[in-house]
Amino acid sequence: MAQDSENDLVRIQTTKKDLGLTAEHAREKLSGARGPQYWRSLQELTEDPEFDAMMEREFPRHASEWTDPVSRRGFLKLMSASMALAGLSACTKQPFEPIVPYVQQPEELIPGKPIYFATARPTPNGAYPLLVRSHEFRPVKIEGNPDHPASKSIPQGSYPAELRWGVTDAQSQASVLDLYNPERSQNVTFRGDTRTWGTFVGAIRDAFGAERGRGGAGLRILTDTVTSPTLAAQIKSVLQANPQAKWYQWDAMNRDNARTGAKLAFGQYVDAQYRLAEADVVVSLDADFLSGSHFPGFLAMSRDFISKRKLDLAGGEGEAAKMNRLYVIESQASTTGGKADDRLPMRACDVEQFAGALANALGVGGSNGTVKDDHAKTFLNALVKDLQATRGRSVIIPGEQQSPTVHALAAAMNSTLGNAGKTVLYTEPVEIVPTEQAAGLKELVADMNAGKVTLLVMIGVNPVFDAPSDLKFADAFEKVALRAHVGIYHDETSRLSHWHVPMTHYLESWSDTRAYDGTVSIVQPLIEPLYNGRSAHEVVAVFSENPGVTAYDAVQSYWKAQNKGATFEPFWNRALHDGFMPNTASPARPASARPAASALAPVNDELEIVFRPDPTIHDGRYINNGWLQELSKPITKLTWDNAAIMSFNTAKQLGVKDEDVVTLELNGAKVDAPVLVVPGHPDKTITAHYGYGRTTVGSVGTGTGFNAFLLRTAERSNYAAGVKVTAKSGERWRLALTQHHHLIETKKWKEDVVGSSQVGNEAASRDLVRSATFEEWRRTPGFANEGEHQAPSRDLTLYGEDGYKSWVDDPAKNAAHQWGMAIDMNSCIGCNACVVACQSENNIPVVGKEQVLAGREMLWLRIDTYFTTPNTNDVSNPRAFFQPIPCMQCENAPCEPVCPVGATVHSPEGLNNMVYNRCVGTRYCSNNCPYKVRRFNFLLFADFDTESYKSRNNPDVTVRSRGVMEKCTYCVQRITSARIHAEKETRKVRDGEIVTACQQTCPTDAITFGDITDKNSRVTRMKSNERNYTLLAELNTRPRTSYVAEIRNPNPEIAVTPEDHGHTS
Amino acid sequence: MAQFFPHSANAYARTSMVLVGVLLAGLGLMGDRLQRSPYVTNQGIRPEQPVPFSHQHHVSGLGIDCRYCHTSVETSSFAGIPPTKTCMNCHSQIWTNAPILEPVRASYRNDKSLVWTRVHDLPDYVYFSHEIHVNKGVGCKTCHGPIDEMPLTYQHASLQMEWCLECHRDTASVLRPREQVFNMRYQEPAPGTPVVFEGQKYTKQMDLGHAIQKAYGIRKAFELQSCETCHR
Repeated sequence: MAQDSENDLVRIQTTKKDLGLTAEHAREKLSGARGPQYWRSLQELTEDPEFDAMMEREFPRHASEWTDPVSRRGFLKLMSASMALAGLSACTKQPFEPIVPYVQQPEELIPGKPIYFATARPTPNGAYPLLVRSHEFRPVKIEGNPDHPASKSIPQGSYPAELRWGVTDAQSQASVLDLYNPERSQNVTFRGDTRTWGTFVGAIRDAFGAERGRGGAGLRILTDTVTSPTLAAQIKSVLQANPQAKWYQWDAMNRDNARTGAKLAFGQYVDAQYRLAEADVVVSLDADFLSGSHFPGFLAMSRDFISKRKLDLAGGEGEAAKMNRLYVIESQASTTGGKADDRLPMRACDVEQFAGALANALGVGGSNGTVKDDHAKTFLNALVKDLQATRGRSVIIPGEQQSPTVHALAAAMNSTLGNAGKTVLYTEPVEIVPTEQAAGLKELVADMNAGKVTLLVMIGVNPVFDAPSDLKFADAFEKVALRAHVGIYHDETSRLSHWHVPMTHYLESWSDTRAYDGTVSIVQPLIEPLYNGRSAHEVVAVFSENPGVTAYDAVQSYWKAQNKGATFEPFWNRALHDGFMPNTASPARPASARPAASALAPVNDELEIVFRPDPTIHDGRYINNGWLQELSKPITKLTWDNAAIMSFNTAKQLGVKDEDVVTLELNGAKVDAPVLVVPGHPDKTITAHYGYGRTTVGSVGTGTGFNAFLLRTAERSNYAAGVKVTAKSGERWRLALTQHHHLIETKKWKEDVVGSSQVGNEAASRDLVRSATFEEWRRTPGFANEGEHQAPSRDLTLYGEDGYKSWVDDPAKNAAHQWGMAIDMNSCIGCNACVVACQSENNIPVVGKEQVLAGREMLWLRIDTYFTTPNTNDVSNPRAFFQPIPCMQCENAPCEPVCPVGATVHSPEGLNNMVYNRCVGTRYCSNNCPYKVRRFNFLLFADFDTESYKSRNNPDVTVRSRGVMEKCTYCVQRITSARIHAEKETRKVRDGEIVTACQQTCPTDAITFGDITDKNSRVTRMKSNERNYTLLAELNTRPRTSYVAEIRNPNPEIAVTPEDHGHTS
Repeated sequence: MAQFFPHSANAYARTSMVLVGVLLAGLGLMGDRLQRSPYVTNQGIRPEQPVPFSHQHHVSGLGIDCRYCHTSVETSSFAGIPPTKTCMNCHSQIWTNAPILEPVRASYRNDKSLVWTRVHDLPDYVYFSHEIHVNKGVGCKTCHGPIDEMPLTYQHASLQMEWCLECHRDTASVLRPREQVFNMRYQEPAPGTPVVFEGQKYTKQMDLGHAIQKAYGIRKAFELQSCETCHR
């Protein structure tokens, strides 16, 4: 076995092909195709032997082998010792354990029952309203607030009021792990030595006292974007008392462009809020609004956008069915682009030209861009026609990273099309004091260099790491006499500061914040500060007349001042209970955009680099969060790293391939980065996600990725032309990509059953992902189940009366409920929220980059990404399909008969139970699972030692140890608790009473769970949809999880043929 | 070649073969006995406690209801262990100077929890719920035994899986009407002492059990034996 693998390894190295050749190879493969082909990567498409080898194996190479740097001898020693100890431990009996009651039990607590508290996670883009589950006052699981306008879920109408839930995003789900992280800073320090809060206050008050005489001229406060009305009021009052002092806000992913654009268009700062539920045509100008919380209003936008694609909801079935259309013009490969009905990849600088051309065609005066190639022209003409036809029902969304001109043009176009006030509203910005942050930071650095700053207080920011590199922040920073940093972690900035104060996590401290629409939420703490943290309110209070004020007092007194009179108490309690203050959303401003007069940036033809926040760890603030690090980034499927992302053609031109190390050089700054080739990425541009490459952060984040901030300047903070790329020959940077992990084998079957694995065989290639265009679906609603590859008859079984038939058809052996799940591929946007929710709910461990490389990641739910290139053989602009794969809970489960110890058995409710305490780790079950959903604890991945993480675990789910198999359980703990609740009332479980963790968090309600014997349940209705199909049905596994085929609505006028397709270069 | 072994060696060989068999069987039996013995299960063992609390005195003697202290037994998987405050409700009035109660007073005074030793301790991979058992007519006594007669609390049953399954396979043999769950003096139906359930008199436990199963919608044996009932 070991010998074999070594040979395999050699084979891989020798079969590594030049990528350019591969791309052509792929085109060649596709040119014979007769129908849509779905592929997961270029390697699959080209039938790369490496890929085939991977497909045949249960795990990627070496997953099941001992590859750790321990010698064979050392291994044997270890094993014999552990065997001896295991033998001994079996002889000891369970020790007596203590049980510790309260002295005075809190009134609201029922031990063993969770309590839910409403709060909100503040982000620079607006808060995420939450309902946090707390077990014995330990926050354990984050859910969305079901009542808040920003986080309510789609099926509000179809469930009774008490069965509603709220949705969240991946970062909110993962934020609970940060709370318990033992690597958070825990003490006030002065030059690295531990001090008390009192000494800090004394020292700062002394320094501040000296400043007061001159109106605070030397005081500067630097915060992240403030969305807290109380904090803003506190800072303003400090500035009032010290008129010479200054306050700046800085976030690396700021909204300067949107702000400047708004100034251009409206003469004032406004926030654009998009009402996608009203829009039939959505145009994204490089706006990645479906990827996650880095886009303002992500939850509401994705919910509203998908609600127009739910063909069985309001749209109506059959003739009445309607569907919106999404055009995406983008400079990267994002989920938004993957979901697009029509997508046009282009360089970021070309987007501005395209926007100018579009504006001109729509009759907005002032600008005219040039669109170079024919395909883009066809695209533009069809788009203009569509927009003209849907006036008032369309919307154009500019990307946050696009230039102010694009923002201004989009505003003007929306006005011209009559969309303003209908599909887009303009309100006051979400931050209390909107500024152009880069300009502010520049001013601060200039002041520091001029020696004007004597006391700098930084709250929740890390400018030494993330400030534009040309400002040379660290150098100027050294010139400040007294520097105080307040942050959750010791970071690059705290290392260079005199004072560091640990900051509270949002779950630890009182505050208030505004959601993207302006609705105010009180941030309610769920736990006392774990690590002596202080909130921003307390720190700012140090500069006030009343330095001892607590965060609670600050917040409450602010709102008391806003709500004078005797009604405060009920108002406050209501706000805490509901999680928001009703009717505090910012009112729409009647705004009419002026045609943008500014000239478009000149066209250039140089290689471009695009800076984006990382899809999982954002601007680096979540880098020490293992859940987010191990989360496969959408589309790229990269974990634990960032990369220089480029297209096939660009990689070929540069002569590089995946995992090669290249030096990126821009304006004299250099950084080494690994190459990652991604289908759908535009040519002649490189996407670099910033946030990685940090030097001072905990053990999870240090040493991961490269620092793209080194190349980012204040002037060109979103994209820059003229990047130089030099390959470093001989160097490789292993990237932990999960795209090829847990592959579902279809090729062998195709060969056996269909007789050909050749791509182009329609029957063979339409198995896992099925989709059609809107028109095709209208003609053949049952397209997803056409063809001969249906499940065999139920009677076809080797086991006769003892087999699966014996219980599935026998009511006496069936429980009252039969659980099933339907996943609507039309709704899934691949945002990953469900994956983190599952991890949080089910105590799934993090394994680390090395283990991910070995294919040992433990996530129960994965999102398989498939690509297809409709009507063309060009792999550079594919559509993407996102398919969440939990356990299929097969009725005729292949894993069950092969378990020698009966550790995986069927429940009468149709669940495929996994009994951890029976499992001996033979892994036969996972070997026999065609869907590859079983995960094995190759090592002791669960953390049994770290005290703080014990509190984070969900007490309703077993923490698995080494040598045990595990997999999705359909959240059996939730099923059990709902069933007990129903049984107490002697009734059946109602539809909607059980919500799985993935279903609950899904912003677009793509996952439906329920009783498939109940004719009226939502899951039954989903499953009776004509588009419903199961994966590998021909294997007769009879999965309980089924999929609803995806419908796309492309504009027939933009059909691309192989001949006329050209590249933008 | 001369015989190396004397003839009698055959007899020894045969005997030793039998003896090894017996020994192995004996060891197996011993192991089986051992793992069911109180040494392993802690059945019947009275662990040392900070205060020698007597259920006998408080329940039989004073007639305090189970739920006065175990407040969450009907609403949560965990029955609840009383906070010091519950003890002090009475003991701030009576036995205020009893030396035996000093740990309780100290706990209340210093706001420091009493640390009891857990008597009924299931393995961590078992998810037992008091809530559903109590609401479906399983009496306290069924599992906890004559707790009202225990001067010092001990574990009545083995709490091993086979013991759990005994009832899960045959719920009718233990069910009683809901209102009798906390009744420590409840007697199973017998010809002389019938039990009234929903207006009907029952003199046999099995008849009563079946009636309760139906009335309370108790799930069937094959469902209650499914792994996910207790393990997840």
